[in-house]
Amino acid sequence: MKNLLLLAMLGAAAPALAATPQDILQSHAAEAKQEDASFKEFSASRGERFFHAKSAKGNSCATCHTDNPKAEGKHERTGKAIAPLAPVANRERITDPAKVEKWFKRNCQDVLARACTRQEKGDFLAYLLSVK
Amino acid sequence: MKKLLLLPLVFAAAPALADSHGSTLPAAANPKWKAECGACHVAYPPALLPERSWRKMMGSLERHFGDDASLDPASVKEITDFLAQNSAERSSRSAKILRGIGPADAPQRITETPWFQRKHDEIRADVWKRPKVGSAANCTACHTGAEKGDYNEDRVRIPR
Repeated sequence: MKNLLLLAMLGAAAPALAATPQDILQSHAAEAKQEDASFKEFSASRGERFFHAKSAKGNSCATCHTDNPKAEGKHERTGKAIAPLAPVANRERITDPAKVEKWFKRNCQDVLARACTRQEKGDFLAYLLSVK
Repeated sequence: MKKLLLLPLVFAAAPALADSHGSTLPAAANPKWKAECGACHVAYPPALLPERSWRKMMGSLERHFGDDASLDPASVKEITDFLAQNSAERSSRSAKILRGIGPADAPQRITETPWFQRKHDEIRADVWKRPKVGSAANCTACHTGAEKGDYNEDRVRIPR
């Protein structure tokens, strides 16, 4: 948590020094290691399955973000455009730890009706970073 | 429609009241309000609901029209203060916008206020359902400058 907090503070104080997606993925890995000593690594392929998996409600990440994280998405009800999720297609994506957590909190609730686990978040980020 | 045509004429004669027919809203802007409220929909003008409506909304962001729109406490406070300072009560058109809203009512949908319905009473039900419109909540479909706060009637373009 300390890492994330530090990153969030840096981000707020100096947007020019924003974190890289790799930094954010690594701080999740450090957290995971701290929470569970047997933690090895995140899996992009597990993250990809998670991205497409339909919830009990029948929606998924892909419902709004489309099946392609490089594509522009669309809010299910308001129709407002959502900028691409993959950093390769959107340089601003995954550069602000507080923003990443804000959207995990909201969207995990909206899709899964619960918070996501550290493993799920890390796998999801690993997948987005793996998209070329 | 006749009423709509008349309004611009009336206000052309009274430039001091030019904003009264919906030209540019809001006068003030707050970057956090714009970024956070504008992430999923147009950042709706604070002047279109009473302060009590905004306070109720900002107190229930975890259940925001079916979505979790929760925010950190500092952002909630900043945005709530901004909405309250620019709510319908503080607008130059407050009497018009508040007309028909009961003193204890805290409407959550701008589209359900009598003011909005009066302003849009010439729009047929099927127009709202056109694919490029979707719903009455999609201001930008017709008010092409809505993202910049421009709701001027003269620049309305209703998609086919």
